[in-house]
Amino acid sequence: MSFVFYILATLTLAGALAAVMLKNTVHCALALTVAFAGLALLFLNLDAQFAGFAQILVYIGAVAILVVFAILLTKGSETPKDGVFSRTWLAGLAIAAAVFAVLGWAVLNSAWALPHETAVPEVTVKQIGDALVGRYVLPLEIVAVLLTAAMIGAVIVAMHEKERTK
Amino acid sequence: MSPLAGFLIVAALLFSIGLAGALTRRNAILVLIGIELMLNAANLNLIAFWRYGPHPEALTGMMFAIFSIAVAAAEAAVGLGLVIQIHRHAHTTDIDAMNRMKG
Amino acid sequence: MIQEMTVPFAPTTHCYGGSLAAQLLWLIPAAPVVASGINALLKQPKRRTAATLAIGSLACSLLLSLFAFGHVFAGWAVGETVRETVNLTWFQFGSTSVDLGWVLDPLSAVMLVMVSLVGLLIFIYSTGYMKNDENYTRFFCFLSLFAGAMLGVVIANSLLLLFMCWEIVGLTSYLLIGFWYQKPAAAAAAKKAFITTRVGDVFFLLGIVWLFAQTGTLLFYNNGAGSMEAGALSGLLAQPAALGLTAAGAIGLLIFAGAAGKSGQFPLHVWLPDAMEGPTPVSALIHAATMVAAGVYLVARVYPLMQAGALAGGSTTALTVITWVGAFTAVFAALIAVAQNDIKRILAYSTVSQLGYMMAGLGMGGVAVGMFHLITHAFFKALLFMGAGSVIHGCHEEQDIRKMGGLRAQMRVTFLTYAIGMLALCGFPLLFSGFWSKDGILEAAQHWSVAKAPFYMLVFGALLTAFYMTRQVSYVFFGQSRSAQHAHESPRVMTVPLGILAFFAIALGAIGTPAWPWFRAFLDGRVAGFDWQGFAEPGLIGLMGISTLVVVLGLGLGWMLYGDKSPAPEEPDALESAVPMVWRLLRDRVYLDELYGATVIAFYAGWARVSDWLDRRVWGGAVAAVAAMTGFGARLNRFLDTNVVDGVFDKGCEEMGVGGGLLARAQSGRVQSYLRMLALAVIALAAILIWSSRP
Repeated sequence: MSFVFYILATLTLAGALAAVMLKNTVHCALALTVAFAGLALLFLNLDAQFAGFAQILVYIGAVAILVVFAILLTKGSETPKDGVFSRTWLAGLAIAAAVFAVLGWAVLNSAWALPHETAVPEVTVKQIGDALVGRYVLPLEIVAVLLTAAMIGAVIVAMHEKERTK
Repeated sequence: MSPLAGFLIVAALLFSIGLAGALTRRNAILVLIGIELMLNAANLNLIAFWRYGPHPEALTGMMFAIFSIAVAAAEAAVGLGLVIQIHRHAHTTDIDAMNRMKG
Repeated sequence: MIQEMTVPFAPTTHCYGGSLAAQLLWLIPAAPVVASGINALLKQPKRRTAATLAIGSLACSLLLSLFAFGHVFAGWAVGETVRETVNLTWFQFGSTSVDLGWVLDPLSAVMLVMVSLVGLLIFIYSTGYMKNDENYTRFFCFLSLFAGAMLGVVIANSLLLLFMCWEIVGLTSYLLIGFWYQKPAAAAAAKKAFITTRVGDVFFLLGIVWLFAQTGTLLFYNNGAGSMEAGALSGLLAQPAALGLTAAGAIGLLIFAGAAGKSGQFPLHVWLPDAMEGPTPVSALIHAATMVAAGVYLVARVYPLMQAGALAGGSTTALTVITWVGAFTAVFAALIAVAQNDIKRILAYSTVSQLGYMMAGLGMGGVAVGMFHLITHAFFKALLFMGAGSVIHGCHEEQDIRKMGGLRAQMRVTFLTYAIGMLALCGFPLLFSGFWSKDGILEAAQHWSVAKAPFYMLVFGALLTAFYMTRQVSYVFFGQSRSAQHAHESPRVMTVPLGILAFFAIALGAIGTPAWPWFRAFLDGRVAGFDWQGFAEPGLIGLMGISTLVVVLGLGLGWMLYGDKSPAPEEPDALESAVPMVWRLLRDRVYLDELYGATVIAFYAGWARVSDWLDRRVWGGAVAAVAAMTGFGARLNRFLDTNVVDGVFDKGCEEMGVGGGLLARAQSGRVQSYLRMLALAVIALAAILIWSSRP
């Protein structure tokens, strides 16, 4: 395991931890952005350049901004009086720990079957483009429809209802 | 431990952190943040397996991850729109207060 | 007139009935029964129809009886003894069968003619006697039923059929004695008659059952297999019973007990005088001529059984007992008759006495002797009763002889016929049938091998008979009239039958004289010719002399004491003044009824009370206890149902509700808790999948 991987992993995990543990919601959103960035770098480490850049563009550029907008629009910056964690946070934490335990156990048990070194794949954007409109054309079109629907849906859902409440 | 295992452990940890956040925080937006983290963990898993698995030239893992990113974005948009609308109604984003589905 | 005591009725031909007379014999009792049934459905105002039906049916029976008699007579005339039977199997169980049947032989032929003829005359008489009674139709219904049942007794070839008809005869007697049931005395008399004869019938039934068990058949004659035939009798003789008797003797005595009840022998005679509460035609028909004669007829029918085992010239235990009972009854009843004041009661005790004569005659002299007296007695006793009815009718329902008198001039025909009957009963020599029939009995008594006492008793009885009849006739017909009203003669419909009966009371004597013993010969199946030598039997003229002397003595004594005198009703009787204690004893019937009341009836009353107590306390208590337990069970059931079953059910539902409430808490409405459960489920699934896919 390379040194870079550890740094990037630590960064990502720290960001994720901060994202779920900070009191101020805006700080959480910013930490989330750090986590996204760390993930993008991890993708780059994995020679998935296109995925890394797509991650930066979409997640950091759109989702994180959305989150910040939502926080600001819902007065999320105000810290609630009776704590940010629910009363039964321990149960949730335990369940999450159990999930990690199971997943970790699965990984460690199959660690002997995992490959060690493989060749670096040579992936060009042209290949990705060919794949998108060739083999994966159907998912592409469906995702397009989905994005359109989501956009319209989000607009309708979040629209002011002033005209209707008469 | 192989590099792949390391990436998988990181992904699992990221997933658990995201799950912990979704299960324990009271703010609805933070639940969505947790969900985004979980999705990202899954993406990491996919890319890691693409990189270290057989036939990376089939681009299956990468495609899956790209489409996942797209869908996650759409879902985040709709979800946050819903949170905003709920805030307008209930003037709060505390999900403990939204228990009208109570049986 | 002595006859050998052989087993009579040794049949020569015709044991199975093939002739028309035998086949139609069942119609003789059937016709009156059918008439009775139709009468039962008629309404009271239809008097003419009822009387016509009854008289018409009995007339048909009479014609058929004459036809049957003619058939038997024709057989006798050519020297054959006719005994034809028609037997039917009623039901079978296993290998034994119970049979019914009827028999046509000389005995049943003469009895049929007598019963239907006397019955018909009395029926005609009743239309006049009961004219003013409002229950006219019911009367004729019962009378017809009685006639049918009595004729059934006569023709029966099976002891079972005889017993059934016997019981119906008893029933109709009860119905007719209690005909005027509104009178408590009549109702009580009917009950007494039924219960007293029942006592006899219990023994009779025991005898029947024993006979059936012993011989396996109840038929009298059945082609050699009947119970009165040699095979069965020898079997019965061989079987010993208690007290030194054979089965034959014991069964004979049991059957005689039944006959004693029906025929009013001592000690079961107490019902006959009380039976005079019924209308006079009933007294005439049932308690003079026919029903009481049924007992005598029964003994005659089972005579082979009674006589079984007798040596020539000897007697059996059964016959000896019958003789003694008969002789005692004859004297006993005659003594009591002397002190009675009711016209019908005198005749009733006279009947009891004459029945004693008949039984004694059967016991000592055989079937023909007893039966001849039965036939003659039927006619003159019916005549006497009907005459008494005519007197009662004429004296406006007065029955006390001390309040009558001088009716000789006012009711001439009645007096004349009554006198003929009375002389026949006394046994006035030569002209009247009673003389010949009684002499037959006396002759048999004179030659009885066992003892001579019955002869003296019967002679004394004849003296008493003449005495009390003279007393009665003097009180009623002679002297001055002691009643305030004038008596009138009865209408012709009543006096014509009287005349006919009077004729027979005289004429029947002709067939029983020693010179021409036709009756005896007919019954025994021998030839009889007219022979003056019959009178030349040793001792016969002497006997006739003795009986003539006795009758004249009795008549003379009676006339001397009562004659033309007319004592006022309040004065004591002539004899009463002489021997007051004896008189009172006799007048009160020797206190026998009171004795029975204090012993037998009191005993049963006590047991009735015990049974009542048992029924109400013990059995009733048991029933009440069962009811209480059932109630308790019901209440317990309800308690269990409400509290246990319902309770369990209700509680269960409640708990389910509570449980549902508990489960509903899982639906908190909070998204995070749902998410947590999802995560848990995923962990579980993942664990399972990973675990199961391990190599």
